[in-house]
Amino acid sequence: MRAGDSAGAHRARRRQRLQALVLVAPFCLAYLVLFIYPTLKMLQLSFTSAPLIGDGAFVGLANYRRLLIDHLFQESVFHTGYFVLLTVLPTTLLGLAIALMVTRLRGWLQSLVLACFFLPYILPVTVVTLIWQWLLDLQFGIAQHAIRLFDGDGVAVFKNPAWAMPMVAFVTIWWTNGFNVLLFIAGLRNISPDYYDAASLDGAGRLQRFRHITWPLIWPVTALVLTIQLILQLKIFDQVYLLTQGGPFNSTYVLVQVIYRQAFVLNHGGYGATIAVVLFAIIAVLSVLQYQVLRVRDTP
Amino acid sequence: MRRLPDLLLTLLAVIAAALWAFPLYWAVVTTLKPEYEVVQPGIALLPKTWTIGAYVYVLGHTNIARWYLNSFATALAVTVLVVGMSACCGYAISQLRFPGRGVLYGLILASFMVPLQALIVTHFVLMNDFGLINSWGGVVLPQLIVPVVVIVYKQFFDQIPREFREAALVDGAGEFRLFAQVFLPMNWGVTTALAIITFIGAWNAFLWPFLVASTDQAMTVTVGIVQVHDSFGVQYARNLAGAVLAALPVAVAYLVFQRRVTEAVMLSAGIKG
Repeated sequence: MRAGDSAGAHRARRRQRLQALVLVAPFCLAYLVLFIYPTLKMLQLSFTSAPLIGDGAFVGLANYRRLLIDHLFQESVFHTGYFVLLTVLPTTLLGLAIALMVTRLRGWLQSLVLACFFLPYILPVTVVTLIWQWLLDLQFGIAQHAIRLFDGDGVAVFKNPAWAMPMVAFVTIWWTNGFNVLLFIAGLRNISPDYYDAASLDGAGRLQRFRHITWPLIWPVTALVLTIQLILQLKIFDQVYLLTQGGPFNSTYVLVQVIYRQAFVLNHGGYGATIAVVLFAIIAVLSVLQYQVLRVRDTP
Repeated sequence: MRRLPDLLLTLLAVIAAALWAFPLYWAVVTTLKPEYEVVQPGIALLPKTWTIGAYVYVLGHTNIARWYLNSFATALAVTVLVVGMSACCGYAISQLRFPGRGVLYGLILASFMVPLQALIVTHFVLMNDFGLINSWGGVVLPQLIVPVVVIVYKQFFDQIPREFREAALVDGAGEFRLFAQVFLPMNWGVTTALAIITFIGAWNAFLWPFLVASTDQAMTVTVGIVQVHDSFGVQYARNLAGAVLAALPVAVAYLVFQRRVTEAVMLSAGIKG
């Protein structure tokens, strides 16, 4: 503190602190009660045998040991990974392909085409699943015309272990792909047309321009979309619950669904919290990774 | 001859877009057919007999008006509270100097590490302690944690030149007036964009409202339309009529505020459009 500080400056600083307190108080209160406390409580519950509502005894690491012998939990980790595999890379590449198509267009046609690809993204998940249950209905669904090309009799896709998860992934991609398209379009707009003009003068073809200009310059956005999608799809629950309820034969049971089942169906709050901690740990590690990706982007 | 590939690519884009949007068209057109026409083989792109019977049935035989009210009230409350709290907090972090500022911002950034799905158990316990199960408050409270809105506001307030602030302070304006009459109006576009996308997100929320509001009186329309599905059996026109009604507000919001919505999506993903 400088010796020349007057009492007036001191008062002004105090006033500013007080004003800051008033401004941040609502958010901090909500954050503390609805976020910090539930996170700590989740960790605490995972060491107890508590039911969903009410107290339980401290059981040490028993819940965590139970994870090692819980087949449904282990399968759900595997299924969640399978779902991530089926969605993340395809939706990223598809998003880029569609963005490349859309950026070529101009004016109202561009707006219209973009709206077609983006509209599903803003719909509630239940609307999306109702639409696809209808389209994929074994008897009357219009999409069965396409499925009969692979399997002459048609397939009850959400009751067939081989088809269920890929179809949930397909519906998810249809629903959420507009988000990726948007990010890629923003990225493509940031590439200076000068590069393309120069390449055209050198006689570079469409594919060469993509390989040597677009792909390397869009890579930061691609990395961003990949990490966002990875974290997002690991948290899958809604579509699976609504389309297959985890079936057939538990073949689509996913991690969040095991939390739901243990805590809300079987009334095992403590063990449900333990699985939530596992999900938390996975996402936390990947978020650090995402942060690194974003930081690389920000430094030119 | 250079024009031919261009034309083909444009055609490809239009066909792909039409195919992508077709399920939406097919769902809407199905709701306008009588049930016996819905199950006829073949692909009838338009109803032979136009009817709004499915909508009349859903409106008359379900509690959808109540679910609509629940959805509107909770989504509106989430929007107002999230945008209000975040704007204030973002302003303080961006413009004021106070102890704990760095820690607070660090905590907000770190909160991306905690998936809200992992908190369903403890949120439920907490809402039960508050006596808010099957109430609007119970639906709203856990949805208030949207740290990205604070970050977007901070970034936008950071970009406002210092001169604005200093000039206003010299004129004798306090922090609150500065915030409400200079910083907020200058970022009105951001506020609209964030408000629209927050509303859409709250309207569309499934997992949490599904857990906390399970009675017919308390549920939101996003959850409710699946109950229609359960009670109708295979009555696709009716199921989809419920779906169209549930999607209507967000679809209209998107079509009216198209540019704002896309802007907000990019903002919250960390890309400035």
